[in-house]
Amino acid sequence: MATFTLPKNSTISKGKHFPAPAGAKKVRPFKIYRWDPDSGENPRTDTYDIDLEACGPMVLDALIKIKNEVDSTLTFRRSCREGICGSCSMNIDGLNTLACLKPIEDVKGEVRIHPLPHMPVVKDLVPDLSQIYAQLRSVEPWLKADTPPPPDGERLQSKEERAKLDGLWECILCFCCSTACPSYWWNGDRYLGPAVLLQAYRWIADSRDEHTGERLDALEDPFKLYRCHTIMNCTRTCPKGLNPAQAIGDIKKMLAERVV
Amino acid sequence: MAHPAADTDRPTTLRTPLGRVRGSGSAKSGTHHWWMQRVTSMALLPLTLWFIVVLATSAGMTQVEAALWIGQPFNAVLLLALIGLTFHHTASGLQVVIEDYAKPEWVKIAAVLAVKAVCALLALAAALAVLRLAV
Repeated sequence: MATFTLPKNSTISKGKHFPAPAGAKKVRPFKIYRWDPDSGENPRTDTYDIDLEACGPMVLDALIKIKNEVDSTLTFRRSCREGICGSCSMNIDGLNTLACLKPIEDVKGEVRIHPLPHMPVVKDLVPDLSQIYAQLRSVEPWLKADTPPPPDGERLQSKEERAKLDGLWECILCFCCSTACPSYWWNGDRYLGPAVLLQAYRWIADSRDEHTGERLDALEDPFKLYRCHTIMNCTRTCPKGLNPAQAIGDIKKMLAERVV
Repeated sequence: MAHPAADTDRPTTLRTPLGRVRGSGSAKSGTHHWWMQRVTSMALLPLTLWFIVVLATSAGMTQVEAALWIGQPFNAVLLLALIGLTFHHTASGLQVVIEDYAKPEWVKIAAVLAVKAVCALLALAAALAVLRLAV
């Protein structure tokens, strides 16, 4: 059966507690998943009491404050801090999102932070994304055309053709959606997952691409595509407000249309 | 939830992630299965409603009356369609559930074959029961 419980070396123990400095006015506990591969110990949950009066508004601000002022061993990815690089995706208060776009005030009570679910962990909040990057590469997310571009300019699209890419090109590959998908949890070794399928559809829907048929052929598979059961966690969790479930539905529709 | 990369349930391999992901390529199938799930559920909507109405209004029928009712060609044909579509839909739906959860591979294949065999035999038995009264 699919594994529904954590293996022994992954059960999470109670960790350390870092109290807020004396005189802190607006204290909020942050409970953060910690795991260090070099320690040989099981993962634990550390609690950091943060004074929100002396902290920026977003969860990422609190993480950076913890790393700078409380515990420099806390490890996480971040870069742009404005929701465009997709580095700081993690599970905050039970929902996958970008730490830089998640206001602390949106979370009631303690702020629970875990890495993206069901991915191998490199350290603390850093998941190993090598498989999902390989899956992205496997759908060849680039323009493929046999007709050379016009010598005097770029390949043209009508406004209507370009409009079909809206809601697709905005994806920043944070993988909040794929790691929120139960089908991806149970069968991620074969199912491509919502993020990669949205990227595949971004090129299927592109009027300039000439390999639509080959792209559909490559996706027509009980596991690569049809593990999607429209659970809709992907669309619910997307921090950019995109709709991967719609993109997957459109791929299924195109596949059905070419046989029916 | 997340678990450490050192997890031992992953087989040791030095194959690149891209090589593993590409694997044996696409099966070039699945669309027919997906489409038939939709088609059978659409067809089952009116058929099941009809069957429920029949059951609700046939209370108090004697055995002979019921046998005569099933024996009428219109009723027999709809019953046969209901039987075929119900078991087709059941088998393909259960197949998807098994593919989602059953591991390892031989358990998955055995379970899918068993479900298909049981559904096929039940469909044949139910169809035979109708045909014996209708033919």
